[in-house]
Amino acid sequence: MTALLQVDDLRVHFGPAGAPGTVKAVDGISFSVERGRTLGLVGESGCGKSTTGYAILQLVRPTTGRVLYGGTDLCRADATALRRLRRKLQIIFQDAHASLNPRMPIGDLVGEALDIHGLYKGRARAGRIHELLDLVGLAGHLIERYPHELSGGQAQRVAICRALAVEPELIVCDEPVSALDVSIQAQIVNLLQDLQERLGLTYIFISHDLSVVRHMSDQVAVMYLGKIVEMAGKNEIYAAPAHPYTKALMSAIPVPDPDSEAQRQRVILAGDLPNPANPPSGCRFRTRCPIAIEACAATDPPPHDISTSHWAKCIRLAEGR
Amino acid sequence: MALLAIRNLRTRFATDRGTVRAVDGVSFDLAEGEVLGLVGESGSGKSVTALSVMRLVPEPPGQVTADSMSFDGIDLLRLSEAQAREVRGASMAMVFQDPMRSLNPVLSIGRQLVEVLQRHQKLDRPAARRRAIELLEMVGIPLAEKRLAAYPHQFSGGMRQRVMIAIALSCNPRLLIADEATTALDVTIQAQIVDLVKRLTRERGTSVIWISHDLGVVANLCDRVNVMYAGRIVESAPIRDLFHRPSHGYTLGLLGSTPRIDGPALRRLSPIEGLPPNLIDPLPLCPFLPRCRVSVAACRERAPERRDLGREHWASCFAELNQRTP
Repeated sequence: MTALLQVDDLRVHFGPAGAPGTVKAVDGISFSVERGRTLGLVGESGCGKSTTGYAILQLVRPTTGRVLYGGTDLCRADATALRRLRRKLQIIFQDAHASLNPRMPIGDLVGEALDIHGLYKGRARAGRIHELLDLVGLAGHLIERYPHELSGGQAQRVAICRALAVEPELIVCDEPVSALDVSIQAQIVNLLQDLQERLGLTYIFISHDLSVVRHMSDQVAVMYLGKIVEMAGKNEIYAAPAHPYTKALMSAIPVPDPDSEAQRQRVILAGDLPNPANPPSGCRFRTRCPIAIEACAATDPPPHDISTSHWAKCIRLAEGR
Repeated sequence: MALLAIRNLRTRFATDRGTVRAVDGVSFDLAEGEVLGLVGESGSGKSVTALSVMRLVPEPPGQVTADSMSFDGIDLLRLSEAQAREVRGASMAMVFQDPMRSLNPVLSIGRQLVEVLQRHQKLDRPAARRRAIELLEMVGIPLAEKRLAAYPHQFSGGMRQRVMIAIALSCNPRLLIADEATTALDVTIQAQIVDLVKRLTRERGTSVIWISHDLGVVANLCDRVNVMYAGRIVESAPIRDLFHRPSHGYTLGLLGSTPRIDGPALRRLSPIEGLPPNLIDPLPLCPFLPRCRVSVAACRERAPERRDLGREHWASCFAELNQRTP
């Protein structure tokens, strides 16, 4: 099966090249996503997961690297070509209210997406807007409402509706459910899954919540300070996380069951994320790693294969740890 | 005897569209050293309950009434504003979700801590400073002495929240109320904070009201849980009973909505459909009825009464749920 999207050695650096203080928000990551599948990108604040999402869509221009979409390198596409391609590549943000123009009613917000790409002109437009609202589970009468009249869950449905209006193939979902109550979160998660099934969508699902990512993804990549430290199929990574950071992250997720909570071994990481403008040498996780040794400071660890579909960047894995 | 005893608390807000019944008849006790979880979705009345206890609801537009509300022998309903201020900070303290909005951005961390210590503990400056350093060390801020001169923006979110906890603990409160205190933090930092709160209750016997919508954190931290919906407590149970024998349609809905990192991967979540209820004209029936998946005929006839399920577990629900195995 061929990949719909392939990312090669992608780097996004902020600040003058080579100067001290340059923040390497994304620093050499590669992955591919097959059509109709979901890649989960997880990590804590500041790990570069959102910047990766923006860089794929060229909302921030990558410093180096390639983003291949159907044979075209998006990093080299000019503004006109990008505008055309963006019809196929959409994004949904965490704060739906902030991403909707407060002065436009819902119908116009959805219609605007159609107008920009010249879709469903004339009499077909109104019908299509109703069809789209229906697709995301919004009642037709909301068409004349304004964003401030909507709840968080409804606003996120409108944002999803706008993304779907242009019939995209790939949607970058940047923490789409993080701001919502659990009950509403579950509604949106189910909606995203239904839409994927019906429309064959491909998702890059960015979240700090490993439970939601487990639910949504086929493949999972764990990021720490601009790099992917571990990548695997969903079942493998949740059953047997290999990288010490992934292990710590998983152990920190509380489980809604007091009995298993009482038995779980929790790895409490000391301290906070290091300053990304001045990351540790060698393995970037070593300053908080419970199993770091001296050699970890020397080299950036290469990927260690655990199986054909699972790798992690930790030199201690070779010792059989 | 309970440290905090609340009977029939009602907190209302007058608005242009009518009176919002944010808290609508809440009663519970909190024992010394107990960690009580308040769970429920936005607008269920968790925070307003806490603010009412702290006497932080502005009146008007708010109106706080109760049959009784006592804390450590003090009648909270009869406190003047000045008396309430003495109780707050000294014997009850609160930590909010967003530490950046609670800290003053133009004052150093040290100044903000020392201010509280001077005001409530009547310490002189050098003593207050020494105590401030101790407190920052206790909550795990490295290089505490140097950090006193830092300003809030120089701290990460997790560190700011730890500073808030240090300020909240500075006067050895008997009651700590944490309102979504870890919701905005990364999970590894959340684990640190939860660990800290556990240590405090163990070492000092501090009572805690932990407000959260994250059932995982609640399972890990709390001794008992009150589930709130539409301004009321709909189920109350010791922690294990709540998760093993959820006995209200809403509690079931919350558990079904929560994706989990353990156990078999489910293909679908079972969300609670629909939207939270209108608090201006509540139904005379169970407020959860329109969204409930387990409702029975009686639910459409009258409001459910509190049903005792033994072992200090009760729920206001007619449905006989079959999870009733201990």
